[in-house]
Amino acid sequence: MCDHPVIAELSLPSRLGFEKVAMSTAASVAGLMGFSNDRVDDLKTAVAEACINAMEHGNQFQERLAVAVTLTMGRQSLEVTIEDHGTGVNWRPATPDMGLKMGGAESARGMGLFLIQTLVDEVEFVCGDSRSHARLVIYLNGKESGPA
Amino acid sequence: MTAPTKTTVEQHGEIAILRFEGDIMSASEEAVLGAYERVGVGTRKLLLDFSRVPYLNSSGIALVIRLLIAASKASQRTVCFGLSAHFEKVFRILGLARYTSLHVDEVAARAAAG
Repeated sequence: MCDHPVIAELSLPSRLGFEKVAMSTAASVAGLMGFSNDRVDDLKTAVAEACINAMEHGNQFQERLAVAVTLTMGRQSLEVTIEDHGTGVNWRPATPDMGLKMGGAESARGMGLFLIQTLVDEVEFVCGDSRSHARLVIYLNGKESGPA
Repeated sequence: MTAPTKTTVEQHGEIAILRFEGDIMSASEEAVLGAYERVGVGTRKLLLDFSRVPYLNSSGIALVIRLLIAASKASQRTVCFGLSAHFEKVFRILGLARYTSLHVDEVAARAAAG
């Protein structure tokens, strides 16, 4: 896109529905960068799930606590960080076992982190004492293009 | 900000069609599970119409899973149609295609339901 990263930032209240603002913004930016429609859809879902996690688990749905979304456009990649006021997740997202869910042995919920991990090229969950963030990256030519 | 889910229930003999409209998310429990409770007692086949659902999140998909569980316990076959290509992919990634069939449109869904 250009030689230096271009950054866009959003601050969202911790209210369900506002994740769609982040979704729309991420979709617009990814579209400007030339990502295909299916990659844009993947990113939208991953960003929405990360924002909902931040609102629910990080900020406990306290509306006055913001979810900060930063989009960084590199030459070959788009990085989205979603920051909340929680202490973060310190586990690897488990693959949902649909058989267990259908049998009632596992909650029907708990699929968000798995979806995030599956739909983007890189994901990282960074824990902190008072703030934590998820970092999502998609590459224009897939994972093989490497960091921009 | 979000499009509240509306659900229409159509009964055609042993086939019930749940037509969802709007986003499906955590607040959609009544629209998904409440609508399922309105299908007829003799329902053997359940068609789920997602053609007017622009957005599902994982909490909304969890409601669909709970609906599939309830239908399975009632020995009802479920068939989904009208999902966007992206959300059909998401359903497959999550393993839902092992417990319901996914079809492009209602014609294909009705044919699959038999």
